[in-house]
Amino acid sequence: MAIEIEQQPSAVGLSKVAASETHGEDSPYFAGWKAYDEDPYDEHSNPSGVVQMGLAENQVSFDLLEDYLEKNSEASSWGSKEEVSSFRENALFQDYHGLQSFRKAMASFMEKIRGGRAKFDPERVVLTAGATAANELLTFILADPGDALLVPTPYYPGFDRDLRWRTGVKIVPIHCDSSNDFQITPKALEAAYNAAEAKNIKVRGVLITNPSNPLGATIQRAVLEEILDFVTRKNIHLVSDEIYSGSVFSSSEFISIAEVLAAQNYKKAERVHIVYSLSKDLGLPGFRVGTIYSYNDKVVTTARRMSSFTLISSQTQHLLAAMLSDKKFTENYIKTNRERLRKRYEMIIEGLRSAGIECLKGNAGLFCWMNLSPLLEKATREGELALWNSILHEVKLNISPGSSCHCSEPGWFRVCFANMSEQTLEVALKRIHNFMEQQRELKEMMIT
Amino acid sequence: MKLLSRKVTCNTHGQDSSYFLGWQEYENNPFDEVRNSNGIIQMGLAENQLSFDILESWLAMNPDAAGFKRDGNSIFRELALFQDYHGLPAFKKALVEFMAEIRGNKVIFDPSRLVLTAGSTSANETLMFCLAEAGEAFLLPTPYYPGFDRDLKWRTGVEIVPIHCTSSNGFRITASALEEAYQEAHKRNLRVKGVLVTNPSNPLGTTLSLSELNLLIDFITAKDIHLISDEIYSGTVFSSPGFVSVMEVLNGYENTEVWNRVHIVYSLSKDLGLPGFRIGAIYSNDEMVVAAATKMSSFGLVSSQTQYLLSALLSDKKFTKKYLFENQERLKQRQKMLVMGLQKAGISCLKSNAALFCWVDMRHLLHSNTFESEMELWKRIVYDVRLNISPGSSCHCTEPGWFRVCFANMSESTLNLAMQRLKNFVVDSTTNNGNKRSLHHYYSPKKSKKKSLITKWVFRLSSRDRDRESSDER
Repeated sequence: MAIEIEQQPSAVGLSKVAASETHGEDSPYFAGWKAYDEDPYDEHSNPSGVVQMGLAENQVSFDLLEDYLEKNSEASSWGSKEEVSSFRENALFQDYHGLQSFRKAMASFMEKIRGGRAKFDPERVVLTAGATAANELLTFILADPGDALLVPTPYYPGFDRDLRWRTGVKIVPIHCDSSNDFQITPKALEAAYNAAEAKNIKVRGVLITNPSNPLGATIQRAVLEEILDFVTRKNIHLVSDEIYSGSVFSSSEFISIAEVLAAQNYKKAERVHIVYSLSKDLGLPGFRVGTIYSYNDKVVTTARRMSSFTLISSQTQHLLAAMLSDKKFTENYIKTNRERLRKRYEMIIEGLRSAGIECLKGNAGLFCWMNLSPLLEKATREGELALWNSILHEVKLNISPGSSCHCSEPGWFRVCFANMSEQTLEVALKRIHNFMEQQRELKEMMIT
Repeated sequence: MKLLSRKVTCNTHGQDSSYFLGWQEYENNPFDEVRNSNGIIQMGLAENQLSFDILESWLAMNPDAAGFKRDGNSIFRELALFQDYHGLPAFKKALVEFMAEIRGNKVIFDPSRLVLTAGSTSANETLMFCLAEAGEAFLLPTPYYPGFDRDLKWRTGVEIVPIHCTSSNGFRITASALEEAYQEAHKRNLRVKGVLVTNPSNPLGTTLSLSELNLLIDFITAKDIHLISDEIYSGTVFSSPGFVSVMEVLNGYENTEVWNRVHIVYSLSKDLGLPGFRIGAIYSNDEMVVAAATKMSSFGLVSSQTQYLLSALLSDKKFTKKYLFENQERLKQRQKMLVMGLQKAGISCLKSNAALFCWVDMRHLLHSNTFESEMELWKRIVYDVRLNISPGSSCHCTEPGWFRVCFANMSESTLNLAMQRLKNFVVDSTTNNGNKRSLHHYYSPKKSKKKSLITKWVFRLSSRDRDRESSDER
């Protein structure tokens, strides 16, 4: 976990925020990135390099996007010479309401992902430059400096920066463990809330990621209902980060908080806010497309105004409005993408199983949650980091240690599978296989 | 009800001010040459619409740039995945070279000291987060861009203390004004972290003089504070005395203490007329500022699709040279038109050499030398003359009667029409004493009634379902 070391600023130094380390980038976890950057795997030019399995990118469906672009060149341009005037309109468009056609397309895309089981009103869609911005913005709106958000562990390491750095808001963990597949329980919710209270910290909300990063699993309906009850009783907010919603392997398995609200006639909706993005589902992290969907009018208005600090390029809005309004394209994309991710997932699970490694049963996302605790010399964070180091330097795989995700149980690792070709995944699996063989042999030798 | 943060309930976003009335009225009755020739002409929007044709013809000749292609090959994947907050190297290189070109190549910029942000709105806020704590202050010369109240203060908790500038010397920054502002901050128990200037100035449309720049450098050296120079209008300087960037003045100061404390903000929204694309930048000589700002830019990165398009555009030196020259010429002509049109109406303005607006002197049209009178005049101009211009009070000007009037966001004929209307209004009010007549239409001369009507308008505005203040008007 990033430790805040406040450097003493000089008389005219920088702010505490600038000098702090809450951006989290000095944690040992980033050593993995460094190792990869220095020796990146390449099928042809560097077959013994480090395979990047720490990057949750979706690279399995680019062909579908490229195909769309080829057939619809006007989406990435502004019409033929005669229609070029649409360029100026687009270039001038900086309205923080966002392009209406794009908001409509986003709302309908979000509906499609949920199999039409939830409706989204384009007027409640607030656009931000990525989910990173959306999460920070919501935190600014829902909490004051010194307040806290409750976040279930394990969670995406980036939250330490996104939710806390410039906002001054704290994260209090809701501890989850493998005894029940890391599901959030009312007991854990209460414990987290009480822990905050004991320290005189005001809790403003709960933030869940559904499907979960790093677990790669969706949250069950009953659990969502419990969480909704909890936040209602405590009179706090609920943020549901659903950026992986389009990567659920089977559509029926994802229940969005929107559906739970609809089933309850939107009675408790005013406290609920959904974050979405196209970075994972469409594989477009570079385009910076995020959104906040809130059922609370005041939050929508304020978020919209605040989005001035993080607007989406109108050029990009124009492109995506066209793409996401194309029903044929979106339906085919969602279906095909899901299918391909499922196949990848099955491939990695099978490969790991045959190497003697079990993973949490997952049904979504671009990664799996792997259990290497049997391999730990010591069931401690240090033990986990030691194992992680050997995997990085000996097996040459960059995977994410559970401790970087604040997991309370050592030995779990997040392993990405959608940011590489199938061949590369095979190579990685082979290396893991060999590593596990070696570990078994070592153990046998030690016994005899 | 769930409570929201203090940031939601405070008014620092500035959007409930009665000033937005003008926008409201414009939205309800927008001028259109063909369909609504009696409508309100938008002269409160600092947009550069004069040189789109040059951009459009470049785009037509270079379809790869917007088509995700490099030398005919698709780089879509590469761009789609590119989210490195260090920015596209080719773009940063082209951007710093463009910035240097604007400064007559008298300054060289290092791309590794440039941080990209989603617009200068984001750049300014980010610098505040980096340089100041909540409760500390930055000094800003008045009049200043109204958006600063939101951009610099809202989420950061930083305060603005004004450096008062007046018409007695063309609104130039003086040593005494600087010192006074500093003392004022001290009186308010605010620790001053720096000075922020806009050069060329919004709303004045003038460039800072060499002596002002030197004054500023001396001041920040003596007080041991930062200087931010928002130079987003630097490419719009169209006549002498020309543009001198603070970086030029610092040539020779490398590796001195003060060198590390000067930071520039730039953007392509005004010079290139691309506010929708959200391209802003921070340039700093201080490694730590660059490092912190780079990480913070995660909250507002520039779309890689847009970075690529602009890297191709700005790498074309033939284009940039042509564009800068042509654009400046057109702005110069337009400004002349406005100035002459105003003169015909007996109205003068501050002599300007840059930007997309003029700072117009209507003090002689005020009933009394008060801001109430300025508001009255402004309302008449909005409702009777049907021109949406920006009152000086919204820019924190200390003298009533000044207005910012934009000239680059409309056609020539529209500008002519606006000048004609203004002339008629002035003639009308001076010959027929039409003042009382127009006033009567909207409110009685009694002060209290005026106040309650203004309040009514304000509430009506805030309770609307949808905000009408759509653009980030500068």
